[in-house]
Amino acid sequence: MKHASFFWFVLPSSLMMLLFIAFPIVSVVTQSLYQAHEQVIIEVENCGPFGCTTETAVDTQATAALREAEPLGQWAGLNIYKDRNHLAVDEVTAAWVNADGLPDFGRALMNLPFYKAMAFTLTYTAVVTPLTIILGFIIAIAVNAVARSLRGPTIFFSLLPMIVTPLVGALILFWMVDARGILGTALQWLADDPSLSVKASTPLMWIMLMVYGVWSSAPFAFIVYYAGLQTVNTDTLEAAMIDGASRWQRIRYVVIPHLVPLTTFIALIQLMDNFRVFEPIVSFSAQAHATSLSYAIFNDLGGETRLLSSAAATSVLTIIGVAILLSPVLVRTWREFGSPR
Amino acid sequence: MNILKSALLGTAVAALTATGALACEATGRVSIIGNEFPAIQTVAANAGACTGIDFSSNLTADHQTLNVAGMSGNPAEYTTAIVANSSIVALINEDVIRPLDDLVATYGADIPARQLITVDGQIMAVAFMANAQHLVYRGDVLEQVGLDVPTSYEEVLAAAEAIRAAGIMEYPVGGAYAAGWNLAQEFINMYIGTGGEFFVPGTAQVSINNAQGVEALEMMKALTEYMNPDFLTHDSNATSAEWEAGNVALMNMWGSRTGVLMDAEGSEPVVYENTMVSGPLTVGDSGTPATTLWWDGWTVAKNISDEDAAATFIAMANGVSPAILDDATMGQAVWLMEGYTPAPVNEGVLASVAAGSTPYPMRPYQGLLHTALGDNIADFLQGNESAEQALADIEAAYTAAAIEKGFLQ
Amino acid sequence: MSVATRRSPAANTLAYGFIIIWLIMAAFPFLWTLWGSFKVEGDFFSKADWANSIFGTLTVVETGSSFTGDGYYGAWVQEEFWRAALNTTIVCVCVVTISLTCGTLGGYALSRSTYRYAFWFLICALMFRAMPPITLVSGYLLPFFEWNLWGHLSTTIIVLVAINQPFTLWMLHAFFKNIPKDLDESAMVDGCTRFQAFRHVIIPVMWPGVITTGLFSFLLAYNDFAVTSMLLSKDNQTMVPKLASFLGTTQTKGNVMFAVSAVVSVTAPLFVMIIFFQRQIVSGLTAGAVKG
Repeated sequence: MKHASFFWFVLPSSLMMLLFIAFPIVSVVTQSLYQAHEQVIIEVENCGPFGCTTETAVDTQATAALREAEPLGQWAGLNIYKDRNHLAVDEVTAAWVNADGLPDFGRALMNLPFYKAMAFTLTYTAVVTPLTIILGFIIAIAVNAVARSLRGPTIFFSLLPMIVTPLVGALILFWMVDARGILGTALQWLADDPSLSVKASTPLMWIMLMVYGVWSSAPFAFIVYYAGLQTVNTDTLEAAMIDGASRWQRIRYVVIPHLVPLTTFIALIQLMDNFRVFEPIVSFSAQAHATSLSYAIFNDLGGETRLLSSAAATSVLTIIGVAILLSPVLVRTWREFGSPR
Repeated sequence: MNILKSALLGTAVAALTATGALACEATGRVSIIGNEFPAIQTVAANAGACTGIDFSSNLTADHQTLNVAGMSGNPAEYTTAIVANSSIVALINEDVIRPLDDLVATYGADIPARQLITVDGQIMAVAFMANAQHLVYRGDVLEQVGLDVPTSYEEVLAAAEAIRAAGIMEYPVGGAYAAGWNLAQEFINMYIGTGGEFFVPGTAQVSINNAQGVEALEMMKALTEYMNPDFLTHDSNATSAEWEAGNVALMNMWGSRTGVLMDAEGSEPVVYENTMVSGPLTVGDSGTPATTLWWDGWTVAKNISDEDAAATFIAMANGVSPAILDDATMGQAVWLMEGYTPAPVNEGVLASVAAGSTPYPMRPYQGLLHTALGDNIADFLQGNESAEQALADIEAAYTAAAIEKGFLQ
Repeated sequence: MSVATRRSPAANTLAYGFIIIWLIMAAFPFLWTLWGSFKVEGDFFSKADWANSIFGTLTVVETGSSFTGDGYYGAWVQEEFWRAALNTTIVCVCVVTISLTCGTLGGYALSRSTYRYAFWFLICALMFRAMPPITLVSGYLLPFFEWNLWGHLSTTIIVLVAINQPFTLWMLHAFFKNIPKDLDESAMVDGCTRFQAFRHVIIPVMWPGVITTGLFSFLLAYNDFAVTSMLLSKDNQTMVPKLASFLGTTQTKGNVMFAVSAVVSVTAPLFVMIIFFQRQIVSGLTAGAVKG
């Protein structure tokens, strides 16, 4: 494709992404390199309906002068990245030096918020991504085998986990898996343990979050595969049948190769989304058992005093994490890019 | 239509008809940002009832994220933010709200002094309601085990043991112990109850890794032995649901949430008829109640014209005037206005105030500590680490955050 | 797909068996919600006994019958949920149209360019998508308030389109890769410009991919909470933030059921929509254009 026509074709998309994503990313990176000004703290007397107390407060006039001088704040370099709430360089070094063997080091590491979040995030990504792809593929093959008149409703019901807004969906599921809810009771009955509670145990909570992850994103993989299946070359399939290929052989040698580009796409998106896992943690109030980088950002931005630089640094770390995670898939795409198919 | 859309309809209509006779006129723009519970809906509806103003309101759970940004522009999108003693500090730190002394002098002569929130001698907000956590108990259950109403957490533990031993309930204690904000709030209550100080006085240097901190954590852990094992996921909504299901007999709960526990909806008569409230609990022998007092109030934005500021002040003063109190609104909150007559559900909050409880601290960096507490206590309660380690983690997490925000160097 | 239907009975039974299990898993929570939406909150979220939700013990006590339409009445009549539904319709239609227009152009160009910069373009788009939306949205707040862009439907639509553009581009790129190059290249040999080839040869055969992508753009816009809850004023609120306001931080009794009922009732139009588009996905195929 010629450079000029390529330019005009991608212009609208690029403009929007530049304005609403690229510029904010630049500002986020900048933000993560600065910290707030030194706050001038004074003692004041606060009075209200419950009487008076002596309390500290920020001297707004003095702070305003500092702000005026340096609008971005104090230059912090990589300090925010290195502090305890992020990469915790000093703490990790200390733990390495003081650790009594590798398990002890592991325990010390898991006590640091960033590494604790990474442990869950990576496990979640590693488990949920392949399961989603496999489940989605099987559903697509099976739906394709259903009589045509039933396909519409089948597709609709298969998409339900995606359609019902997570806000309410999670509320209902959260109640269902409660020890007194219908799924929680069913689990107790299955495990023959009346005191079993998903919400009280860290391993069970992890499993539940992962099951929810697969359940809620399988429809995505399914519908992409289903659409892809509609464009499988029927001539090739016919030819394969005439050659006596079994159904499995047809899937293995005709259908799956056809779906490879879509699989790359699903894998990229799923790896990224799973690495940024956030909604289930909040919806299931799982933060005592599992956290993620996205949750850390939410936590920084949601407090009464918002930690903008900290959230910015975590966002940059997320992007770097995603880049590392996707690199194998990207190298693959790089190799096949531009190759004729 | 704005008002009807943004407020709970029933409340709004009742409030509008109630204040229809009230003369309130102003010229200018009034735009409210605030949380969305019924008492605030009532205030906003009444502020919007003024004639001559260009009124809008955005009452949402995300108000804390929106208010600073929405008041930073010039002119500010929001002319007033409804805040609590914990959230006003963010607005003061960012310098987006104006002192109200001149407006109070001109338009607010009839606002009682106790409603005025002053910081360093300047009026920064006008409070209209109070809230606090206090004991809620099941009268019938305590009667069955033959115990008096507990006044301390030690007595709560004894009563819980008695209830469990009598086979009445497996997990008789409730509490909003969900990891995060709720859990941190419970620690703050408990730590205040032990007489501890959060910071080295006059500085932002945290100091909770001490005997009182350990005592507070140990008491929380002891209480969780009598709680539903899911306690780390129970926020105040889930805790209320537990109560209504009749699974809990003793809990430390927000005064604002007790109204729904005592009404006839959502539970069996044996539960709602026997739901009683009492004052705050103590822990150990410090004598300080283990609870915090809260107010909700309104502020006026700095970056708006004097005309809009005056209109906002008049409208909001009308929104919290004694005239808004009627049968429908009386039970929504512990109002601070003249003419408020408390219902039985509100006795807990009043008892907390009467007991000389501590207000939630209006410190610029208290919010940072709150977040650090919420993230690190769960590990201790789950038995993954010692109390000292949890407290050390909290101090380290807070210190990193405070350095970033410029409170520590 | 006549070939696909020619298969052994054993494979068919397996497929049907699997589909039935999957459908139960996928639909059970929804069906449970549908049933529960006619109960009162005390039953639906019963901590006393989950069977209350089936039999409606408290519903009978509180309303006199074991089914109640209070949730629906409250949501649609009392709280005027239809306004939010209308806003959502506007947002979804605009987001899908704009997303697909920009996305098909870009996705097509990316799938046909053999230069390395196209690859780097895709990688940049992907890295853009890695940015957590909450960080983006909190960054928008200050400038939007400053320039008076905050609160309008149009701002939200553009932001939603922009945030979802990387996804749309990647997905359409993957689909266009599946459409043989010979198709448009032979048209260009016949004297068409690049755009004409796109217009007359590619557009007629791209629908399965475009409709699938459109479905996702639609669902993203429809289910979005991070952007809509932060960038829309009360008057312009779409459904999801409206549902959040029913739930509230302090759940007002009964309002939770408004949210449940509203969620159930907006699923019906989606059902019709998906049945309709399912035919489109298949009709793209039966046009017989996609042949290698």
